[in-house]
Amino acid sequence: MTPLAGYLLVAALIFSIGLAGALTRRNAILVLIGIELMLNAANLNLIAFWRYGPHPELLTGMMFAIFSIAVAAAEAAVGLGLVISIHRHAKTTDLDQMNRMKG
Amino acid sequence: MSLVFYLIAALTVAGGLASMVLKNTVHCALALTVAFAGLALFFLNLDAQFAGFAQILVYIGAVAILVVFAILLTKGSETPKDGVFSRTWLAGLAVAAAVFAVLGWAILHTAPMLPGATPAPAVTVEQIGQALIGRYVLPLEIVAVLLTAALIGAVIVAMHEKEGTK
Repeated sequence: MTPLAGYLLVAALIFSIGLAGALTRRNAILVLIGIELMLNAANLNLIAFWRYGPHPELLTGMMFAIFSIAVAAAEAAVGLGLVISIHRHAKTTDLDQMNRMKG
Repeated sequence: MSLVFYLIAALTVAGGLASMVLKNTVHCALALTVAFAGLALFFLNLDAQFAGFAQILVYIGAVAILVVFAILLTKGSETPKDGVFSRTWLAGLAVAAAVFAVLGWAILHTAPMLPGATPAPAVTVEQIGQALIGRYVLPLEIVAVLLTAALIGAVIVAMHEKEGTK
């Protein structure tokens, strides 16, 4: 097995763990954590393809990963702000109890 | 595949798994930090020093702290009595397992065609800086606007509403 295939397998495993967490946990913050894990697994793929790709000196994959880190940080800030706002409104972060669109 | 790779992979997968199955939410956030650190080690192992240290600064330094703050502000550290998993956990687990099966199948079937080990690319921070203000200057500016908008948006969304102003 080439090193690239190993990195891709680990990234797929981390992505699936994040997806499983995002789909099964009740706490809204842990769903966000699962989404962060999925984004990180995608970043690992980008860096691995950059490292073993034909033109690493062009830095394309690395730049993509760096921008992805910045966008994921913005996503985390807004997502956690929304969770805090929902908690103030509904007094819970349990997603099974949030079944109304009108407050 | 070296021993270092397997050690980092075990650390990262264990951290990610623990952050998704532990009952106490604060413990989940701490396990998440371990997973982020493992991913940063992966980036360093892949000769992407800049991305590795950016990962440590942004994820361990900022996102993990933000998650802990959010948990403590929402009383999320109290373990609910009726379990931490959703009613539809079996379907979620099945979807995730199916996704992993498809991804793993695709990777294992294309593995012989993937490029093998190559010499490490010599990339300096100066080259990254030149690329950021040269070829990638437009995405850089857009990310700057996005971060400003996200900062203001997060503060407005989470700001305490005064009584009677709804």
